[in-house]
Amino acid sequence: MAKDNKFVIAVYVDNKFGVLTRVTSMFTRRGFNIDALTVGETESPEYSRITISLSGDGYAKEQLINQLRKLFNVKKVEVLEEEEAIKRELALVKIKNNKDTRGDVLSAVEVYRAKVIDYTLDEMCVEITGDPSKIDAFIKLMIPYGIIEMCRTGIVALERGSGTLLSKNSSTGVLKK
Amino acid sequence: MKLTGAEIIIRTLIEQGTTDVFGYPGGQVINIYDALYKYKDEINHILTAHEQGAAHAADGYSRATGKVGVCIATSGPGATNLVTGIATAMLDSIPMVAVTGNVPCSLIGKDSFQEIDITGITLPITKHNYFVNRIEDLAPSIREAFQIAKSGRPGPVLIDVPKDVQVATYEYEPQPIVPKIPLPKADEELIEEAVKLISESKRPYIYIGGGAAGLGMGKDIIDLANKIDACIGCSFMGLSAVPDGCDRFLGMQGMHGHFASSMAQKHADLIIGVGVRFSDRATGNVAKFAKGTKILQLDPDFAEINKNVNVDLGIVADVYDSFTRIAKKVEESKKPEWVARVESLKEKEEAIAAKAAKMAGDRMTPKQVFDVINKYKLPRTIITTDVGQHQMWAAQYSKFDTTRRFVSSGGLGTMGFGLGAAMGARVATNDPTILITGDGSFGMNLNELATAVTYNIPLVIVLANNGVLGMVRQWQNLFFGKRFSNTVLERKTDFVKLAEAFGAVGMRANTIGEFEEAFKKALTINGPVVIDTLIDKDEFVLPMLPPGGSIDDIIVEKGGDNNG
Repeated sequence: MAKDNKFVIAVYVDNKFGVLTRVTSMFTRRGFNIDALTVGETESPEYSRITISLSGDGYAKEQLINQLRKLFNVKKVEVLEEEEAIKRELALVKIKNNKDTRGDVLSAVEVYRAKVIDYTLDEMCVEITGDPSKIDAFIKLMIPYGIIEMCRTGIVALERGSGTLLSKNSSTGVLKK
Repeated sequence: MKLTGAEIIIRTLIEQGTTDVFGYPGGQVINIYDALYKYKDEINHILTAHEQGAAHAADGYSRATGKVGVCIATSGPGATNLVTGIATAMLDSIPMVAVTGNVPCSLIGKDSFQEIDITGITLPITKHNYFVNRIEDLAPSIREAFQIAKSGRPGPVLIDVPKDVQVATYEYEPQPIVPKIPLPKADEELIEEAVKLISESKRPYIYIGGGAAGLGMGKDIIDLANKIDACIGCSFMGLSAVPDGCDRFLGMQGMHGHFASSMAQKHADLIIGVGVRFSDRATGNVAKFAKGTKILQLDPDFAEINKNVNVDLGIVADVYDSFTRIAKKVEESKKPEWVARVESLKEKEEAIAAKAAKMAGDRMTPKQVFDVINKYKLPRTIITTDVGQHQMWAAQYSKFDTTRRFVSSGGLGTMGFGLGAAMGARVATNDPTILITGDGSFGMNLNELATAVTYNIPLVIVLANNGVLGMVRQWQNLFFGKRFSNTVLERKTDFVKLAEAFGAVGMRANTIGEFEEAFKKALTINGPVVIDTLIDKDEFVLPMLPPGGSIDDIIVEKGGDNNG
């Protein structure tokens, strides 16, 4: 069995009612399991951009892309390779606030260049932005101090350089490597 | 000119080349039916007994011609009754447009009477669908639906139109028939790669599917086979793409495929797949399928490359263009060893058939029934089927003189498909149409006999009546210790009287002689005829690959010894 890798897929879709359902319904039907999905506006009002993070083997990756391409409202699908992509995620983490640990939490916030956005006697809420692995590390660090509640946005990602996803050409074939 | 939404629907259907529609009226499509009344000289509506029959008829219409079949149903139950028909078309990539009415926009989402989210329900079984809540989107959506249905890998499209949109008025201007969206042409280097694969092959097997059948590529395929000394086999959906009489054609391969065809595929060193998706029924256990054989696959759908089997080269482009470019570039070559080997497989298949015929004794066998059909059937006859043993016998034994002559539910395997589809095929082509069905399948949608009688649609219905659900019984026989759970019908239905009650002609055949007489007579009758053909309940469909097995496990005769 091929081993599972994490990968990020960027999808341009028509900015229309019901398109997200078409995409997610296909995932269910074909048995793809997603780690995170974000959707939002793009440089063009015609399109929305969906960024999907998931783990799977090469087969899952290839099938997911090809099944996405078949959906009529999907205009472009590309895998964002690790080295070529700029990835960001935002998390809000509500942490217990008490005088014994406050100093440690605040120094971690500073080291991670996070921001305290809410502060009460018994909790503080931290906003952190960055590469998902940085957020993972921060969350792991905060667990001993007591995470009350948290949420993550999922990844948004763009390719490095001046190219755009929509301008990329697709090949007409697949040759076994 | 300003027209109502309902009129726009009908005018746009006519504009897109629709001459016949199948459907059933209801509360939320009264306006559409009013428009049909107005335009009845330009578009023919066939009222079926049930919406499922309408969907299958539209599907059969499309399979027999390549035109986009159209069906209409009302909201709620009307729409849900289409679902099996739409799914059937989806799994076999059949271009079809289904129009449904829905409750007015103001009542949407309120669980109103006969309200159902049909676009939600059909999301996974349509190529695309529309909920048209603005009249300005109506005609463009219908045109786009036709374009999507017939372009690339075809498929069904549903358009749901709320009643208020049907009532509203809007500007309508007729437009030409929308063209198919052209597929890309394959990169030259891929064509070169394919030519190289073929040149290196000593034992080529051209494997054609529904895609090749849909494109009418029979002659091109035979030409390439002759050029490179290849043999030709097909998937279930590829039947009738290559007309019978071509000695390179070995017939269907796979779970119930011809021995020689499946074996030649196993022994080949290159499979040239044309518009075929390597379904599980065709490959058996994929882990053991085509081991050591190279695969070249031409298909319009990217997702079919490496989906079921790993291929050496997949070309995702205009299949006809890729195929003809490859065929032109390939050099002629003779492969006498391969030809001789294929010949010996054919001889072995004939020997197996001769032995089976001898063992059958006096009883009427399915093979004999098809021999009679093949002997007397008229030119251009379309064979439609339901699903089960009779379907596989039809796939194995039917002879076809031209393309689009086999109309059967392959991917979804829909029992009850046949009668509706046969009507659709006959209405579309006016060519002689035979329905091969079983007592199980026929029981599912025999209500459409009323439609066939009302519209006097000539059909010869050969009902292979064995009193059991034969295919499941065969599995129970072979793999479930003969525990015949719920497959013995023990019904008291008299199909001759039933046919007569509907106003059709009914006949019964107990022996092959009686069948021959009945069939000859049926061909002279201008209307639907049911021939209740009594066959043994323990006939098997052979060969058979057992579930999870590969070609090495092929069962070729009763008793189940391995002759592979």
